[in-house]
Amino acid sequence: MTETVNTSRTITYRQALNETLRAELERDEKVFLVGEEIGVFEGSYKITAGLLEDFGPERVLDAPIAEEGFVGAALGAAMLGMRPVVEIMTINFSLIAIDQIVNHAAKMRSMFAGQVSIPLVIRMPGGGGQQLAATHSQNLEVWYAHIPGLKVVAPSTPADAKALLTAAIRDDDPVIFLENLSLYSAKGEVPDGEQVAEIGKAAVVKTGTDLTIVSYSRGTTTALEVAHQLEGEGLSIEVVDLRSLRPLDRDTICASVRKTGHAVVFEDDWLSYGIGAEISATIGEGAFDFLDAPVRRVAAAEVPLPYAKALEKAALPSAADLARVVREVLNISSNDK
Amino acid sequence: MAAKARTRPKAVVESTGGEPADTLRDYYERMSLVRAFELRSSEMYARAKIGGYCHLNLGEEATVVGLMAAIEARDYLFTGYRDHGYALLRGLAPERVMAELFGKVTGVSGGRGGSMHLFDEETRLFGGYGIVGGQIPPATGAALALKFQEAAGPDAAAVMCLLGDGTTNIGAFHESLNLAGLWKLPIVYVIVNNGLGMGTTVEKASAEPDLYKRGASYRMPGIRVDGDDVLAVRDAARDALKQARESRQPVLLEVMCYRLRGHSVVDPARYRSSEDTTIAQQSDPVPSFRAELIASGVLSEADAAAIDDAADARVSEAVVFADGSPEPDVADLFKYVYATPVANAPAALPGEPVMDAL
Repeated sequence: MTETVNTSRTITYRQALNETLRAELERDEKVFLVGEEIGVFEGSYKITAGLLEDFGPERVLDAPIAEEGFVGAALGAAMLGMRPVVEIMTINFSLIAIDQIVNHAAKMRSMFAGQVSIPLVIRMPGGGGQQLAATHSQNLEVWYAHIPGLKVVAPSTPADAKALLTAAIRDDDPVIFLENLSLYSAKGEVPDGEQVAEIGKAAVVKTGTDLTIVSYSRGTTTALEVAHQLEGEGLSIEVVDLRSLRPLDRDTICASVRKTGHAVVFEDDWLSYGIGAEISATIGEGAFDFLDAPVRRVAAAEVPLPYAKALEKAALPSAADLARVVREVLNISSNDK
Repeated sequence: MAAKARTRPKAVVESTGGEPADTLRDYYERMSLVRAFELRSSEMYARAKIGGYCHLNLGEEATVVGLMAAIEARDYLFTGYRDHGYALLRGLAPERVMAELFGKVTGVSGGRGGSMHLFDEETRLFGGYGIVGGQIPPATGAALALKFQEAAGPDAAAVMCLLGDGTTNIGAFHESLNLAGLWKLPIVYVIVNNGLGMGTTVEKASAEPDLYKRGASYRMPGIRVDGDDVLAVRDAARDALKQARESRQPVLLEVMCYRLRGHSVVDPARYRSSEDTTIAQQSDPVPSFRAELIASGVLSEADAAAIDDAADARVSEAVVFADGSPEPDVADLFKYVYATPVANAPAALPGEPVMDAL
């Protein structure tokens, strides 16, 4: 029998990303990092702290402000067998590079009949709630989740940040790695040693019997908070963390809803045509006969997010919004409890 | 308004002196092959054997031959969508190129890319890109990878990135040239300036119509060469590649040529003035070069006719092969979506359920 040492540490999401980048730079010389301000400045959100010093300016490559240029250059380097990990400062700026991501990175392998593969990771944080106003607060992951040829992952915990980033860097396809501004300082238990997640798999992060909340990224932390809160009210809530937006683990979602008979999707993006729309349609196909109530979506108000705190707060989906909708779906007045 | 004719002397090869007769003959064979292939592509398009968009190198044969004579087997080539001639002269069998145009499984990209997306890993033809300028950032990144992978020197590889005149106005062009200049990348950007971006003249599209000067913003040498002169194109491209591979000095090379026909097969080019069309026809490098080689005694009229006939026969074989090749199998529809297999990858055809209802 082999002896396994199960040790772990409590670290932040930021630290998990930083340590994983370091480990992969050490493991594989084909891995290099490229992005704006990732070297001398150590990253806008300090994800790459200390890496320039240890790996040098070629492997921690500061790029000028030219997203289309450096994302496309990373793509070209990947075509020649390098394994670039791009940091885009926020998901909002990825729109400047979208031609290279959607029209090129996603297409090349199929269009060239498998003659080339694109081992490219594009890391970027999304999310609002930091009073950054409309242009710096978007959740545009569904734009990428829509595109065949891409893989899109969205870890909600430091442990998943580590395991999914490791998997993404070792994957031979372009992977959009969605981070979230409000998760960077979140702490969690992270197993030591090599951890490689399976892309394309969701996780049931809390079991329950009355209702399923489906969420991802920051939303999962809120979903768990609400689930635990409602437990105190005698409700048994299951939480499915998608982890992968493309491919989507429809089986795990539907298996959960077949069990609970109720579903609410909690998402940070806008409601119409959003992640929740896809989940709802999936449940409609895969668990219709098991539903005791219509699927509901708790998403952001459909407005360019304002700067003013009061307006921002009103527009973003909150724990209170989610708890209210869960009670509505279960037909429970909050005064009953 | 009709396109303004450019005033440029009629094409002549400046001098064939000193060039071995075999080389000149070889270049004419290549020009003749590209010409025959493109004329037949046009015909096959009209006969609906070829679908989608189809852009031809007609009129650009001297440019195509000159550039492909300069590039080495170890170099990487990225191009736009006017790519047939480059693929042929990179060494791809005409059969595989024609089969790709026909959408057959025997095509260079298995019939998945079509005319605009020819790709061949073995000969380092790295596409074939249908979106204007889409190839420029990846080509720049390929040069970045070369910098990681090998030292500069005469045996080092370089990247040649072809683009059209209209492409020099997009952001990706400027972002990429800046990166190449900043990072000292082994790449030659070649502007194949045929004077027209679809129907818009260079003068109407570019505030600086001397496109080679645009390298100056990135401290990159800019060179302009007559694209109807196969030897001049070859020599300029060789020099540029030498700077790229030996000194990691990126270069911007502008090659002036004419598009003999419309933007694509279906474009009658009515926007061109008769004067411009006349100049394009007079500049046609294939008959010019042919006449030059006959006048200088490199070829006899019979030699030249035999070369043209052989090119035609070669293309006929390609058409027969393409026509007789099987269609790609629908069962392979999802085959190349991902390189690393992934859980829950979509595989439903239209109308198929994404989930069993139970």
